[in-house]
Amino acid sequence: MAAETETIPFEETELDVRARSYAHHGIVFAALAVLLLAAPFLVYPVFAMKVLCFALFASAFNLLLGYGGLLSFGHAAFFGMASYVSAYAAKSWGLTPELSILLGTAVAVLLGTLIGAISIRRQGIYFAMVTLAFAQMVYFFALQARFTGGEDGIQAVPRGWLFGVIHLGDDRTLYYIVALVFFVGLLIIHRVIHSPFGQIMKAIRENEPRAISLGYEANRYKLIVFMLSAGLSGLAGAVKAIVFQLASLTDVHWTMSGEVVLMTLIGGMGTVFGPMVGAAVVVTMQNYLAAFGAWVTIIQGVIFVACVLLFREGIVGLLARLLRRPL
Amino acid sequence: MTEIFGIPTAALFGQLLLGLINGAFYATLSLGLAVIFGLLNIINFTHGAQYMMGAFFAWMLLNYLGLGYWWALVLAPVAVGLLGIVIERLLIARLYKLDHIYGLLLTFGLALVIEGAFRNGYGVSGLPYTIPAQLAGGTNLGFMFLPIYRGWVVVASLVVCLATWFVIERTRLGAYLRAATENTTLVEAFGVNVPRLVTLTYGFGVALAGFAGVLAAPIYSVNPTMGANLIITVFAVVVVGGMGSILGSIVTGFLLGLVEGLTKVFYPEAAATVIFVIMALVLLVKPAGLFGRAA
Amino acid sequence: MHAKNLILAAAAAMLLSGTALAQGIDVKIGVLNDRSGVYADLSGEGSVVAARMAVEDFKAADKGINVTIVSADHQNKPDIASSIARRWIDQDGVDVIVDVPTSSAALAVNEVVREKNKVFLNSGAAASDLTGAKCSPNLVHWTYDTWALAHGTGQAMVERGGDTWFFVTADYAFGHALERDTAAVVEAAGGKVLGSVKHPFPGQDFSSFLLQAQASGAKVIGLANAGGDTINSIKQASEFGITQGGQALAGLLIFLTDVHALGLQTAQGLVLTEAFYWDLNDQTRAWSKRFAEAHDGDMPTMVQAGVYASVLHYLKAVEAAKTDEAPAVMAKMKEMPTEDPLFGKGQVRQDGRHIHDMYLFQVKKPEESKGPWDYYTLLATIPADKAFRPLNEGGCPLVKQ
Repeated sequence: MAAETETIPFEETELDVRARSYAHHGIVFAALAVLLLAAPFLVYPVFAMKVLCFALFASAFNLLLGYGGLLSFGHAAFFGMASYVSAYAAKSWGLTPELSILLGTAVAVLLGTLIGAISIRRQGIYFAMVTLAFAQMVYFFALQARFTGGEDGIQAVPRGWLFGVIHLGDDRTLYYIVALVFFVGLLIIHRVIHSPFGQIMKAIRENEPRAISLGYEANRYKLIVFMLSAGLSGLAGAVKAIVFQLASLTDVHWTMSGEVVLMTLIGGMGTVFGPMVGAAVVVTMQNYLAAFGAWVTIIQGVIFVACVLLFREGIVGLLARLLRRPL
Repeated sequence: MTEIFGIPTAALFGQLLLGLINGAFYATLSLGLAVIFGLLNIINFTHGAQYMMGAFFAWMLLNYLGLGYWWALVLAPVAVGLLGIVIERLLIARLYKLDHIYGLLLTFGLALVIEGAFRNGYGVSGLPYTIPAQLAGGTNLGFMFLPIYRGWVVVASLVVCLATWFVIERTRLGAYLRAATENTTLVEAFGVNVPRLVTLTYGFGVALAGFAGVLAAPIYSVNPTMGANLIITVFAVVVVGGMGSILGSIVTGFLLGLVEGLTKVFYPEAAATVIFVIMALVLLVKPAGLFGRAA
Repeated sequence: MHAKNLILAAAAAMLLSGTALAQGIDVKIGVLNDRSGVYADLSGEGSVVAARMAVEDFKAADKGINVTIVSADHQNKPDIASSIARRWIDQDGVDVIVDVPTSSAALAVNEVVREKNKVFLNSGAAASDLTGAKCSPNLVHWTYDTWALAHGTGQAMVERGGDTWFFVTADYAFGHALERDTAAVVEAAGGKVLGSVKHPFPGQDFSSFLLQAQASGAKVIGLANAGGDTINSIKQASEFGITQGGQALAGLLIFLTDVHALGLQTAQGLVLTEAFYWDLNDQTRAWSKRFAEAHDGDMPTMVQAGVYASVLHYLKAVEAAKTDEAPAVMAKMKEMPTEDPLFGKGQVRQDGRHIHDMYLFQVKKPEESKGPWDYYTLLATIPADKAFRPLNEGGCPLVKQ
């Protein structure tokens, strides 16, 4: 059975177009920049910021799943912990937003190093289960620790003054900061994927023993990508805490880990631009279907099923196939 | 009175017994998951929803058809199993050649759909289902008051678990099953209809979940989220036992019930988390689980 | 002839302009509560029905106030609640947010409404912090709070001889607060707390915790949890024969719909505190009958009654203030005494707390009940001035002014 198992579809089928390189990515990034600039005039800025936070989170998650081949079922731990730390730093220590966010991200990297170092020793479903186990422990910590405020979370977090100068109380000002963070985050991810490091990651994903025999320390590469992914997830969580002025248990709960898988799957795993599309779809859905009550769960479930049965490569994956270019 | 760590021995016995009762649920549920994973290689996330459906079918049988607990104990699992067969044929069968993650995601989506549907139909406050008259009341064991129904839960699930183990490990049908797990092509060459075997196995696995649901109906609140709260824990049980290991899932189910029972005495806040600590430790020391064979 | 016409025209013009002035007020009410989770039955669509009844009874349209009602599901999560509140106010022009059960969600909405300077009429949440340390000039907390529940039930149980307590507490901030408040009352009344056990939230099996409570030998087992956890605890307590063994159960946060879900067989004998019961007097019965007709035959809970009464009072304040600007309306709401068929006469205090009588009930035995929804026997009425935390003890910064 194992021999027949098809692995997650990656862009290998597009090897022939690799010669044409990723020139078109420049165009996509430019279009994205324009869209980001225009967005707050088209939609409600707070909503746009929510989409961006989750888009960054999903992109960071995809770095691990789509390019590292590691399905983590505990990414909420990094997202949520960073969100708590940055909320706490901004509220109780009165740190400026950029320092709070940096601190949150740093904690996520630290946590990622710790959990990553242990989890990468296992593979496949066992890797997923170890990460889930650790995430549950982090959740327990968040529930028990004094500073997190239990189920109330940390509320009324001040948005504050960026570098002590720019007031973030205005939604649009804050939006452009968030958009910048997101854009830079995406560029970093893109750079990592298409660097020699990224190529080695892909080699390890496809055939670990062979990569090892070629002299690569597979575990070191895995750990680095895990840390990167955790750190960027943390960045997303930390920003979200400042935007919504709230850090809560929702962000560390295992359903958040499930949600990020859904976003990545819908958008297309192993594509650079897929996860953000997936995040936009899921957040929009939750936003506009909220009035339907229990129907949200049903619709979300149906989409899940349809995705798995009909288009496993996701929206962007499908698009990439039609365009015959990796996206 | 003798004491262990400041807890009277008698009280400790009581708590262990309660742990064993919870373990019975874990064992029955994780057994179904293990059977399904063993043969289908599918991580059945719908299991919690199917457990919930078992409880709801029991309630429906009573309120719409006037059929009581004993009928429900037979009919509800059959209904859940039949529905499972339909799901397997229509949806899951399309995924066998794919990565595990797709099976997990598909069944996760299905669980959401089923849960949402029951929420729409029956709300979330929970529906009452009373303990059957024959099993009402309780006995005083000296160290604790044991409701007869709880005792029945342990006995019933133990019997079902052992019967399942016997069928799979000691009969011809079980031999086919185990062989098909090892090498599908070869077993098919021997003239066994493997797809049908797979379908029936799935049906049986989820029927076990339905059975556990009926057992749970009289003591837990019958509500649409009763399965979702349990499923993650049961997953952990299966992983600790060794995925696909029949005996492993049964023993681990009861064992973890006991561990959880003890945690409830010494550090009750952590009762829901202790299982994950154990899972992490087991996976690091024995990657294939306590009873699993190394991959 | 000419002159007469002129006078008529002038009169008509005056009438018209008068109406036009009043028509200037558009009020948008947002009912934000649980529509799919454990509190959906006690708030949910029923609260929307109650708000609609308040608008109809006030005859808002005749008085030139155009009211629209929107609703949404906050899933009991603070992050979802605050982002809906933010969107409603920023985008949809919602003036007043009502209901919001679940303390964590209510505290989050409270911050948003304060920041945006709108009005928040809370009926569903229990946190006494809403009118204490976290009080806001934009909030009215109408129906009940943990202090009122703890005092009602705690005091009464000790007075009736239940002077030793053991708590089964949900392990989250709200459960801890409920336990702490009740324990203080019990000890102040001369009772003693023998111990407590904290269970993970949400829980499924409570037998272990109940057994620990039983072993403690306490006369009263206080359930400092809510929703499904409370229902399961009570169900399992009856299974393990705990009440038959002579111990009493005290539900610290139980609603009529919970008793309905449990059935009298299981819930009988339970003592609880509520702010409203449909069968109190002729007025409550008449109103509740109308409510039930509009809501699938279900009787109103105190939360839904609170939504009705608070919206009614809010509309009166809008009419009096001739505007829907929050500061003016809030000032009127606190200045005018409240009066409605459900809570009778009362007032809104400086800290936002609405003051009215509370009631101590006992759940009937099955044979005492005359039919569905006939569940409570009134044990005592706690007068308004004793039912809520004294103004100066809450630590609300608004009070010092």
